[in-house]
Amino acid sequence: MLKVDVDRTQCQNFGQCVLEAPNVFVLNAKDEMEYTPVVDDSELENVEAAIDVCPMQAISLVSGR
Amino acid sequence: MGLLPVVIVGASLGGLRSAEALRRSGYAGPITVFGDEPHAPYNRPPLSKDVLGGGDVTHASVAFPQRAATADVDWRLGTRIASADLERRLVRTADGTEVPYRALIVATGLRPKRLSARTEGLAGTFALRTLDDAGALSDALTPGTQVVIAGSGFVGCEVAATARQLGCEVTVVGSGKLPMLGPLGPALAEELMRRHEAHGVRFRLGTHVAEALGQDAVEGVRLADGSEVACQVLVEAIGSLHNTEWLHGNDVDVDQGLRTDSAMRVLRADGRPWVDVFAVGDVARFPNAIYGDVPASIEHWNIPTETAKRASRILAMQLAEDPDVDAAIAERFAPVPSFWSDQYDIHLLAYGLPALADRMELLAGRTDGECVYGYFVGARMVGVCGIGMRSEVMKFREEVSRYGHVAIGEPA
Ligand SMILES: Cc1cc2nc3c(=O)[nH]c(=O)nc-3n(C[C@H](O)[C@H](O)[C@H](O)COP(=O)(O)OP(=O)(O)OC[C@H]3O[C@@H](n4cnc5c(N)ncnc54)[C@H](O)[C@@H]3O)c2cc1C
Ligand code: SF4
Repeated sequence: MLKVDVDRTQCQNFGQCVLEAPNVFVLNAKDEMEYTPVVDDSELENVEAAIDVCPMQAISLVSGR
Repeated sequence: MGLLPVVIVGASLGGLRSAEALRRSGYAGPITVFGDEPHAPYNRPPLSKDVLGGGDVTHASVAFPQRAATADVDWRLGTRIASADLERRLVRTADGTEVPYRALIVATGLRPKRLSARTEGLAGTFALRTLDDAGALSDALTPGTQVVIAGSGFVGCEVAATARQLGCEVTVVGSGKLPMLGPLGPALAEELMRRHEAHGVRFRLGTHVAEALGQDAVEGVRLADGSEVACQVLVEAIGSLHNTEWLHGNDVDVDQGLRTDSAMRVLRADGRPWVDVFAVGDVARFPNAIYGDVPASIEHWNIPTETAKRASRILAMQLAEDPDVDAAIAERFAPVPSFWSDQYDIHLLAYGLPALADRMELLAGRTDGECVYGYFVGARMVGVCGIGMRSEVMKFREEVSRYGHVAIGEPA
């Protein structure tokens, strides 16, 4: 399993992560980003891509690689 | 003698993403990255926004995380590449050392244009591209300081907002009719200007800074219309130049950016690619299938990542003699430009190239609150930009990114 963390003091709800890893990150009805902190290894590539595109560089992989 | 390295010149976003993508694409050989700044790759956008305003202008506050996969990359920081010989496959450092390469990735980005050599030498004048620039500017933005910002584009307006929030007296000088007019269009540009004015920023538009006043330190500026504005700080945000001088003497096209094909391979003057030389990020002028494959450089943050992934994947396949490389080169390349900007409590997010449009239309919300605008050439939507309302803006991302949507430079 992968453990994903988002630094909420950095995140500005851009939702760029949602485009790359829709199974992990979503924008809710209030335009706030919500995410699943523990996800399957098969999401690794998508989470890596989300880390790359986050303008605030708020996402990190705590474990899993 | 060991294997020659893939050499990357430029240790910023484009260089970092190139190294990462080479590893992810299976290339396990040596990688050497040269960067003339003393710092490991860091994120530039906060330098005009929260980092500039927060006083914590440190490398730690903006550094990109380093990934395990690129731990063995040889980072040669503080080392400028002075020249290159693409025929002989080598680059030269400023002290004359020749570094032969197996393949070369150019990621040297942009540097700010300056008003003149004289202003550049005056105390109190600043440009903003690097961490060191931001540190110096941050120290100068003390409450009550009179600040003139030459240039009313994104960086100029972001610095204006930040300086105002720090208690400076701010005047923005811009040659356009409105600030940020190209990327926002008249209706939003006017609204942004109104909000800046409500925060106390003054605008002098339709003119430009002709000259800086003062002997050793800046005391003011004279505008093209002859009027003068006093200031102790002058920020030059009048655009950028591509860092391509070090490629001088090689058979390449450096007019308005280093020209590449859609595989990001650098082109010779006759249009044939150098098969082992790639360019990524702000320095590259590349064809985008969304915009009729007309080569253009797009200076938005998401482009270094997208172009680096494209270049590195093709290069890794080539080095591995993967038979599918020709198919990969022939694949369409159509990265959707995206940009954002933060000014006060205003969060702008855009996709596409609104600057191409001849018409804009309110799609949702209210201009004086949160809103979404669409940008059109005829019936085709070429851009979308919102203040807030992010999920609304994102709904139009696909619409503005269709292949062959509109050609850059095509008459409307
Ligand atoms: C203040 C500021 C705010 C920004 N805000 C936004 C924003 O809100 N949204 C957005 O979309 N984009 C924004 N951008 C743009 C974004 O930061 C750039 O698109 C991005 O940094 C480009 O990355 P790059 O790696 O291609 O080039 P650069 O970041 O320019 O990196 C090139 C590197 O190469 C080095 N170099 C150059 N020549 C040589 C040489 N001969 N030898 C060795 N090294 C060399 C340079 O010193 C530099 O470190 C902003 C830029 C700035 C400066
Ligand atoms: S891309 Fe980054 S800033 Fe945006 S919602 Fe995701 S984590 Fe937050």
